[in-house]
Amino acid sequence: MKAAVVLTAALCSAPAFAGWEPTKPVEIVVAAGAGGASDQMARMMQAAIQKNNLMKQPIVVSLKGGASGAEALMYMKSSEADPNKVLIAYSLIYMLPLSAKIPFNWRELTPVSVIALDQFVLWDNSAGPKTVKEFVAAAKAASAPFKMGGTGSKREDHVLTVFLEQKTGAKFSYLPYKSGGEAATQLVGNHTESNVNNPSENLEVWRAGQVRPLCVFDKERISYTSKVTDTQSWADIPTCKEEGVDVQYLMLRATFLPGKVTAEQQAFYVDLFHKVTQTAEYKDYMEKQALKPIFLTGKDMVQFLEEDDAVNKSLMTEAGFVAK
Amino acid sequence: MEAFGLLLHGFAVLLTWKTLALMMVGLVLGIFVGVLPGLGGPNGVAILLPLTFTMDPTSAIVMLSCIYWGALFGGAITSILFNIPGEAWSVATTFDGYPMAQQGRAAEALTAAFTSSFIGSLVAVLLITFLAPMISSFALKFGPPEFFAVYLLTFCSFVGLGREAKHKTVISMSLGLLLAGVGMDTVSGQLRMTFGSSELLRGINFLVAVIGLFGISEILLTMEERLALRGHAASISLRVVLSVWKDLPKYWVTLLRSSVIGCWLGITPGGAIAASFMGYNLAKRFAKDPESFGKGRIEGVFAPETAAHASGTAALLPMLALGIPGSGTAAILLGGLMVWGLNPGPLLFVEHKDFVWGLIASMYLGNVVGLVLVLTTVPIFASILRVPFAAVAPMIVVSCAIGAYAIQNAMFDIWLMLGFGVVGYVFKKIGIPLAPFTLALVLGNRAEDAFRLSMIGSGGDLKVFWSNGLVGSITTLAIVLLFWPIIEGLFARVGWTQGTRATSR
Repeated sequence: MKAAVVLTAALCSAPAFAGWEPTKPVEIVVAAGAGGASDQMARMMQAAIQKNNLMKQPIVVSLKGGASGAEALMYMKSSEADPNKVLIAYSLIYMLPLSAKIPFNWRELTPVSVIALDQFVLWDNSAGPKTVKEFVAAAKAASAPFKMGGTGSKREDHVLTVFLEQKTGAKFSYLPYKSGGEAATQLVGNHTESNVNNPSENLEVWRAGQVRPLCVFDKERISYTSKVTDTQSWADIPTCKEEGVDVQYLMLRATFLPGKVTAEQQAFYVDLFHKVTQTAEYKDYMEKQALKPIFLTGKDMVQFLEEDDAVNKSLMTEAGFVAK
Repeated sequence: MEAFGLLLHGFAVLLTWKTLALMMVGLVLGIFVGVLPGLGGPNGVAILLPLTFTMDPTSAIVMLSCIYWGALFGGAITSILFNIPGEAWSVATTFDGYPMAQQGRAAEALTAAFTSSFIGSLVAVLLITFLAPMISSFALKFGPPEFFAVYLLTFCSFVGLGREAKHKTVISMSLGLLLAGVGMDTVSGQLRMTFGSSELLRGINFLVAVIGLFGISEILLTMEERLALRGHAASISLRVVLSVWKDLPKYWVTLLRSSVIGCWLGITPGGAIAASFMGYNLAKRFAKDPESFGKGRIEGVFAPETAAHASGTAALLPMLALGIPGSGTAAILLGGLMVWGLNPGPLLFVEHKDFVWGLIASMYLGNVVGLVLVLTTVPIFASILRVPFAAVAPMIVVSCAIGAYAIQNAMFDIWLMLGFGVVGYVFKKIGIPLAPFTLALVLGNRAEDAFRLSMIGSGGDLKVFWSNGLVGSITTLAIVLLFWPIIEGLFARVGWTQGTRATSR
């Protein structure tokens, strides 16, 4: 948090960025399907930028979730020097090149800013076990496969499932769906026993009382204390560590431009997304989706990405998901 | 009757001059984007979405949903006039709609398409109005085995009920399934059949294939037949419209059957595409003279259009209640909802009553206004056929290319489209049906994923497809349909069938 504040101050004192401005509609590239967390973030930005007149050109959101998001990565890679495309990136930028041998490296793109960190929560059906302990016991006792739904194969949800297995000794059958929304609906319909969706993906079904959050995969609880359901707020969800299962994972939400854009163009977007983080739409969105606020750019961002890359790589290797 | 009161309230919200004007604008824009092949509903709505940001949510959704209706209506126009389906579910409309246009009955076919779209949507909206809560809980019953059973049913009904030689249908379907496998495999997270090409990573886009298979191959065939597509008398008057309407009651069984199929598949999340094919196949099966299908029979337009639009409309329900869009266009509408901070989910119906009922009321109004609007413009569209082929053909090819390119902004897709054009031409020459191929291409992936997820979930036990009443009855029905010709033969042998049919064979 402190780092973000310092950075914000540094940014504000920097000279105003005159000069380059987009001359064509700007495309926000979403590496996931409609309705997923990335799409929602793109829509928030679209609304925040246009309602507050932060940019003259209009914004178009384009969904490129094909090949589990690889479509968006290749699209960005092939758009070198085009300053009118912004990718909303998440952990797939580290994982896809490892698991599916996609010829992509995030270092070939131009980093703009890290705008949020996303949580993962262990959820079960509201008719299922009430605590992590009961949940693990139920998974161990189950005679039929105990099903864990998630998005994609050999990705963050799958990695979390593997670590959950390692720490608890329970066995799960991981079912890879196409989107977090689908994983949520399938849990509500009792076709799976659990999922590890991001808060935003399960928010609506939680509010409707159809699923129950068991624990959050972070070292501290989520900070938002206003009530989401009649009785609970995000802060009421215990961490998995508190519940005796020490698994932690946070996922970046960051923006990138294609490679080989000019420093002026990069500066324009750094400024633009910084302004976005000051809008009411952004703040409202962060709280509603229980995202962790952060704003990194420049050297700090690259350092963060390098460290994050290393963490993801070791997790992927340990889970056995790196393609030979 | 709570629903009725809420609906009236919805109408009250809508009936202002401003909203009605927005409605007209939305419909005209929608028809326009629907007519351009490839641009189609999803792209059109995506482009127009930002227009609505400054409006209040209700006006905005009215405008957007009218664009949606307009695009649905417009999609039929290119299917019938040029054999180029704009949306996946317009494919079946081309089977009889295009022959009708070639026989100079374009106006009749268009009127039939619009009217049946209207009827299909109306039935589905009525369903949404009165049964919304019940239906959304029905959609929740669908897990991987249920989804697979539905896809299996579609495939089997094609093989069992189709008139083409069975082996040709199976060949065509297998090729489609093979191509559907190109790209990322969701279940294993691995790439398949991409041969190191980053263009193939995305997989083969269904619309690109369809534009080539139907549109381009048709141009090739027409060229070979010495520009046979020419200015047929495409005159239309109120008389044509009325004569089609007068005959409507004759087809009530087809209309009803297709509406039911459409609604049922529409609320099955993602099942909308299968509906038009099933509507068509069943109409063909139950007709007294199935041979006349595919040669310009009006029922061949009624059946798929009614089913497609019933399902297209019903598909909005899982989108609103579960956040799972049933079609590409619905997916963009979903994005629109989120911009206004309306998160689709079980609580949308409770917390945003004004909005939901405004939307439902706009479905009624948009449909009625849309029908009037498209019918009055039929003469304009039908007159396109009077332009000599030599002048129209290049325009069609160009707009096909633009359409194929626009889907994913990829030059590669234009080559792919041309390739599929040649494939389509060859298939038509050697008599391999195209429909099973396209069906397998669009549903193959989902069917495969659903099957493998079912297997993971059950530990590899096939009994999961009979594990409850719902999935069991769908699977059984699928198998019965697959072997229908044999079963029918057996019935005939023991003399337990309608006498007329047995003797007429």
